[in-house]
Amino acid sequence: MVDTTVQSLSPSPTAYAQRLRRDILAMAHHGGGAHIAPAYSIIDILAILYSEFLNLTPTNQDSNDRDRFILSKGHGCAALYAILADRGFFPRAELKRYCRPDGILGGHPDMTHVPGVEASTGSLGHGFVFATGVAYGLKMLKNSARVFSVVGDGECQEGSIWEASLLAGNLGLENFVGILDYNKLQGMGEVETISGLRPATEKWKSFGWGVREIDGHNTDAIRSAFKEVPFEDGKPSMIVAHTIKGKGISFMEGKTIWHYKLPKGEDMKRACAELGIEGSIEGVLP
Amino acid sequence: MRNEFVKELSLLAQEDPRVFAVLADNGLQVFDDYQGKFANQFLNLGIAEANLVGVSAGMASCGFIPFAYTILPFLTMRAYEFIRDDVCYQNQNVKLAAIGAGFTYSTLGPTHHGTEDIGLVRALPNLTIFSPADPMETRKVTRAAYEIDGPVYLRIGKGKDPVVYEADYDFVVGKGVVLSEGSHLTIVSTGSMVSECKHAVALLASEGISAQLVNFHTLKPFDADLLVKCAKKTGVILVAEDHATQGGLGGLVAETLMHHRAGNVAFHNIGLRDKFAEGYGSVMEMRKLNGLDALSVAMAAKNLLRSAK
Repeated sequence: MVDTTVQSLSPSPTAYAQRLRRDILAMAHHGGGAHIAPAYSIIDILAILYSEFLNLTPTNQDSNDRDRFILSKGHGCAALYAILADRGFFPRAELKRYCRPDGILGGHPDMTHVPGVEASTGSLGHGFVFATGVAYGLKMLKNSARVFSVVGDGECQEGSIWEASLLAGNLGLENFVGILDYNKLQGMGEVETISGLRPATEKWKSFGWGVREIDGHNTDAIRSAFKEVPFEDGKPSMIVAHTIKGKGISFMEGKTIWHYKLPKGEDMKRACAELGIEGSIEGVLP
Repeated sequence: MRNEFVKELSLLAQEDPRVFAVLADNGLQVFDDYQGKFANQFLNLGIAEANLVGVSAGMASCGFIPFAYTILPFLTMRAYEFIRDDVCYQNQNVKLAAIGAGFTYSTLGPTHHGTEDIGLVRALPNLTIFSPADPMETRKVTRAAYEIDGPVYLRIGKGKDPVVYEADYDFVVGKGVVLSEGSHLTIVSTGSMVSECKHAVALLASEGISAQLVNFHTLKPFDADLLVKCAKKTGVILVAEDHATQGGLGGLVAETLMHHRAGNVAFHNIGLRDKFAEGYGSVMEMRKLNGLDALSVAMAAKNLLRSAK
């Protein structure tokens, strides 16, 4: 049932992420809507993390030695679904049943139904806390597996993110890698004008983390960040990834309105053209 | 009760290295001995209840059996959504030890009282709920919580809780305990209020009223069979609890009777009727101030019997 052969076919990281963007758009189309833009800001990072760094496959997913990825900003799950399908956790055809009664994929990730999903997130400020517990648990087990967790910038307005950041710094969870999806937009507007996060790097540094700022769409920068964690001995690491919400479809980029909106008609045609979808969106998924 | 909880937890920690005490900075002295013996199975993560529950859930996903411990309202109410999403929804093997059921933190005011929690946690799927009546029963539910593979809520009193059971008895998860047989009415209770009801039964007996007393140490799953049997036997049910009258044991009893077509009884429940607990003092004094001491329970029983005639 699980197809484990696809993963080795990954082309260049950029082309790989682009292929996943096509799947995400098709999935959203079949499901009648999704958080596309919040998925596009993190897909370049996830593509590299899953294909080059994360020790997680359909065969070791039940082993305690697996690396964990926890998507704290659960609404970005379209990116997670596309990548899990591509890596053989479930058939790609499942993406077609997104948000439908005959499918397993809902609007937020559910660890009770979806292979490869570590934590059921969606309510913001939860996954990052859970991930802190996983990292601490693994440390107490003297298990060398690592924990990666993507947190949204708007999500950092939740107090629990700071409870966990304070604790992870104090516990010196070197096996914990946070990734800030710093796309500067949240549900109703700009993060900075609502309740800003600036200066993000200094915040985590002062909480006892090793921090690096990168361009979250630059393949080399993403790769070298993952290669070099932990940034400081005995500290958790935070990759502050400057990203663009909706990255990959020009008219979505940096526009609040596309937080949860499905392109239709001419917009869909343009989106398909920009992502290199030949023919109809209907034909993208098997 | 909390001392007995920690004693049993120490035994469990000794037996099983997966058992882990996770605290949010409440447990000074109470946990000294545990911490000394099981330093590698102990974490005080600070005054951060979302962390307490979320981190425990993450640890459970690695195979630990965390007992997340703090004062009831901070655990159950401040971190409720973490209990819901991270523990119950994900069915993680976390035990939630809520200390200070009712107003056992009697002098610290309503911010430290646990008087609405049953209504909150009863609504959660996958969760087993224990509410022990005395120190011995606390040890039994603590062990039972460990043995259950899944989320468990422990509604535990604070300290100096009177003994309800004079002798050991067979504890069965989900089965209520008839503490005294009676024919005129059934008094239903849970937690440390059971001891107060025991005194009420004695007061009633001195006036020739025969009250059956039932302790429900497990609120979920609930022993509907026993309740229905008592309803059919006595036809009069009085619930007494150190909890809001909405959503607590009274509500649970009433809806259970209706579901089982056993609603044709005289029913009343006493507790905090749409108010926070009033006053300061010992637990006994608080019960008196809030109409939940033995005399008040006996009075409510007599009023109910009178109206039932």
